[in-house]
Amino acid sequence: MNKFFIRFSALSENESFARTVISGFLLPLNPSVNQLNDVKTAVSEAVTNCVVHAYPEGFSGDIELSSWYDENEIHIIVKDYGIGISNVKLALEPFYTTKTSDERSGMGFTVMGSFMDELKVDSKPNQGVIVHMIKRIALVKE
Amino acid sequence: MHINYSIDNEYLYFYLSGELDQHYAKSVKEYIERILSDTKGYTKVVFNMSELCFMDSTGIGMLLGRYKHLKKCGVECFIENPTLNVEKVLELSGIYEVIKKI
Repeated sequence: MNKFFIRFSALSENESFARTVISGFLLPLNPSVNQLNDVKTAVSEAVTNCVVHAYPEGFSGDIELSSWYDENEIHIIVKDYGIGISNVKLALEPFYTTKTSDERSGMGFTVMGSFMDELKVDSKPNQGVIVHMIKRIALVKE
Repeated sequence: MHINYSIDNEYLYFYLSGELDQHYAKSVKEYIERILSDTKGYTKVVFNMSELCFMDSTGIGMLLGRYKHLKKCGVECFIENPTLNVEKVLELSGIYEVIKKI
C-alpha cells in the first residue's frame, strides 16, 4: 500500500496545488491520461466545494487531502472542518446549489460521482464534510 | 490560465488556455464581460477551448452565466474545439443543449 496525507488552507489558489499533488502521487500506477484527468477533476471539485462552501466569508480553515492505493483501488478523501451540509441527499442532486448568485453550476458532486467509481459524502451541520471517492484502475505490477 | 480575443466580422472569439478552475473563474468572467461591453457589431460569440487543458464544473457555471446574458442581447454562443478532458465535463453538464459545439 502507498499513501499520503496533506493539510492546506482552504484557498482557491490551492485547487491547482491539490490537482498537482494527486497527479504526482498516482503517476507510479501508470494511469491513462483519461483516468488521471477523471481523478484530477473529481479532486478539483471536492476541494473547490471546501473553498467555496465550508468556511463562511471572513473565516479561514483547512482542507485535508489524503489518498491510498492497494490492489486496483485508489481511495481519496477530501475533508474539511466547516459548516457542513444539512441535507446531503439534496446536495448530491444535479444542479442543486446554495450559491445561485455566484454562477455555481451545482454539478460538483455529479462530476465526482460520474468520474469516479464510488462516491460517499458524510456530513452534519457544523461538523464539516468528508468526501470519500474510489477509482478502480488496472495497476501495473513491479 | 490565459484568455485573449479576436474579432472576425460578426464573430467575437475568446481563446481560453491553461486550466480554468474557481480560482481563475472571476477574472476570466470579468475579462469576457469587459470585452463584450467594449466591442460593437458582433452577433455571435465563440469560446475556443483548443488550448484549455483542464476545466471543472466552475467553468460550466461561468459559461452559462455568459450565455444567459448574451441570449438577452440576441447574441448566439458557441463552443469550439474543446480538448478531450474538457469535453467530458461539458458533455456531462448538458451545456450543449444551449451552447452548440462548432
